[in-house]
Amino acid sequence: MDLMEYQAKGLFARHGVPVTLGTIVETSEDAETVAEKMGGRVVVKAQVLTGGRGKAGGVKFAADPAEAEARAEAILGMDINGHTVRRVLVTPPADIAEEYYFSFLIDRAERRFLCIASTAGGVEIEVVAADNPDVVAKIGIDPISGVDEATARRIVSETGFPDVVAETAVGVVSKLWRVFVDEDATLVEVNPLVRLKNDTLEALDGKISLDANAGFRHPDHAVFEDRAGADPLEAQAKAKGLNYVKLDGEVGVIGNGAGLVMSTLDVVAYAGEAYGGVRPANFLDIGGGASAEVMADGLGIVLSDEQVRSVFVNVFGGITACDAVANGIVSALRMLGEAAGKPLVVRLDGNNVDEGRRILQEANHPLVTLVDTMDGAADQAAALAAAVPGNTGGS
Amino acid sequence: MSVFLTGKSRAIIQGMTGSEGSKHTQRMLRSGTQIVGGVTPGKGGQQVDFDGDTVPVFGSVADAVDETGADVSVVFVPPRFAKSAVTESIDAGLPLVVVITEGIPVHDTASFFAYGQQSGTTRIIGPNCPGLISPGQSNAGIIPADITSPGRIGLVSKSGTLTYQMMYELRDIGFSTAIGIGGDPIIGTTHIDALKAFQDDVETDAVVMIGEIGGDAEERAAAYLQEHVTKPVVGYVAGFTAPEGKTMGHAGAIVSGSSGTAEAKKQALEEAGVRVGKTPSGTAALLRALL
Repeated sequence: MDLMEYQAKGLFARHGVPVTLGTIVETSEDAETVAEKMGGRVVVKAQVLTGGRGKAGGVKFAADPAEAEARAEAILGMDINGHTVRRVLVTPPADIAEEYYFSFLIDRAERRFLCIASTAGGVEIEVVAADNPDVVAKIGIDPISGVDEATARRIVSETGFPDVVAETAVGVVSKLWRVFVDEDATLVEVNPLVRLKNDTLEALDGKISLDANAGFRHPDHAVFEDRAGADPLEAQAKAKGLNYVKLDGEVGVIGNGAGLVMSTLDVVAYAGEAYGGVRPANFLDIGGGASAEVMADGLGIVLSDEQVRSVFVNVFGGITACDAVANGIVSALRMLGEAAGKPLVVRLDGNNVDEGRRILQEANHPLVTLVDTMDGAADQAAALAAAVPGNTGGS
Repeated sequence: MSVFLTGKSRAIIQGMTGSEGSKHTQRMLRSGTQIVGGVTPGKGGQQVDFDGDTVPVFGSVADAVDETGADVSVVFVPPRFAKSAVTESIDAGLPLVVVITEGIPVHDTASFFAYGQQSGTTRIIGPNCPGLISPGQSNAGIIPADITSPGRIGLVSKSGTLTYQMMYELRDIGFSTAIGIGGDPIIGTTHIDALKAFQDDVETDAVVMIGEIGGDAEERAAAYLQEHVTKPVVGYVAGFTAPEGKTMGHAGAIVSGSSGTAEAKKQALEEAGVRVGKTPSGTAALLRALL
């Protein structure tokens, strides 16, 4: 789960990382009021879960409250990389002497943690690393010993923080490590970490990704969920405990197992090329069990997606045999009744596949087509999606 | 032979008395696994009957190992207890720990993986994986045993159901060992570890490698393959249509910016001389053509 800047700064403050919290507002009038209280000169910053805010015009300086109001008016509602700005952060401007980059993250390759830091901050670190790798320090961190004071000092010296802030930096590094560990973060990034003209350090921006798997020890993290920004179907699926991602195609996909479902999306997209670019409408993994209730919940969500023209149910019977899955599909269709109004292509394979297919054939549901292979079923589902009147494929 | 798991392997099940643990213990017993004990803290001394097979429950891994000479643990405990369960197995010196549990915080996994490395004695497979099976010999995890047969293909995969699909497609040729390594950001055994083991295994003639979006494990495996693997390998990568920034089911299956894409993985594998199938069936066909 990714946090917005103001949320990240809230966690920074909780762990003693120096930040100026500012005030979050949702209307331009409030931005004006807040700017007045802050003495007039402010920075208005879009709060969105995407990078490149500055480039997109989502971060603006305002010289007085009226300008703050105008800036907020322009930024609120703005679309940045597909994310609508609903909130802006109003903060007093900082007196910046230098900008640095700092992060802790998971090093998947080395299977430990990694600190990336640079005295060349304020720009994209990937760009700095490509153009001038010498100014980017990368320090591997052992998950057991973590960042003790000696490691914090090593990070500071390898990064090359100037002497005047080195001692302060050791403290900031240690506190950012506490954020990373104590909050179960998978990423803590400060860009820029700035040296102010009075030679103190401050996290001027912040990016934190929290580990959803660690939610059980952080009930307080629930407030960070971006319910307003979430896709309504995704929110509905989540409430039912389903693993669903909304995409923008026409073929609804339901399968068991993340890998098989990802593979199904790909196979649908390949098949769809022959039908004017028909694409998968969603990712939905109903898990190994594939019970009737879960199948009904899943079908219900996929069928309520208005973009969906056909549905491809792709199940491999391993732990749950195909006859149970077939019974699940039949009863799911019965539960849904009239709501199941779009053609379904079903492919079953694996344990008890003959019995599973027999059950579906016997049920003889008018909307269900049974296809033996995954590739053949994808082709059929794409053809059905393309055949719906008024649909030319693509979107 | 086979890799990591043989007919001689003696397994204990951590979390055997829980619902998932007991369901899968029964399945493992049915597929021939030697299960010598279960471990549930506080329930030591009990016995559990699985259709006539009586399995003793121990209060700790150390007790179980002392009493039974177990050399594999399969972990089903809930996420919040997984770190201490795995740590206990490492402390007991078990050479192989298979972590089935899904949903373990990555900080916990990082910590028990590092601890296992420090010990120098324990291989961890998973977490969030279906385990591994050497068909006809032993099955440690939740892979269905009756969809394939013993044979000479080695399989390593991040995905459970794609593993099953591939085992089923190639059931007539059969498998030496199929390993589901899991789709979390940090995993104990990688594609490279499995490739190395299959290369060294005299009873494995060819390898199927299944990857998916996220990280660069497939790219690193491709580099390794080129240098060290002489046996024929075919590959499959899932997630070409996955959008950027969305987690696709597995915690580690996410394209971040331009990194972790299926296209990059496919390219790296092809550059290393691996033929990559467009679909699971296509991949199975490629393997058949190589044998």
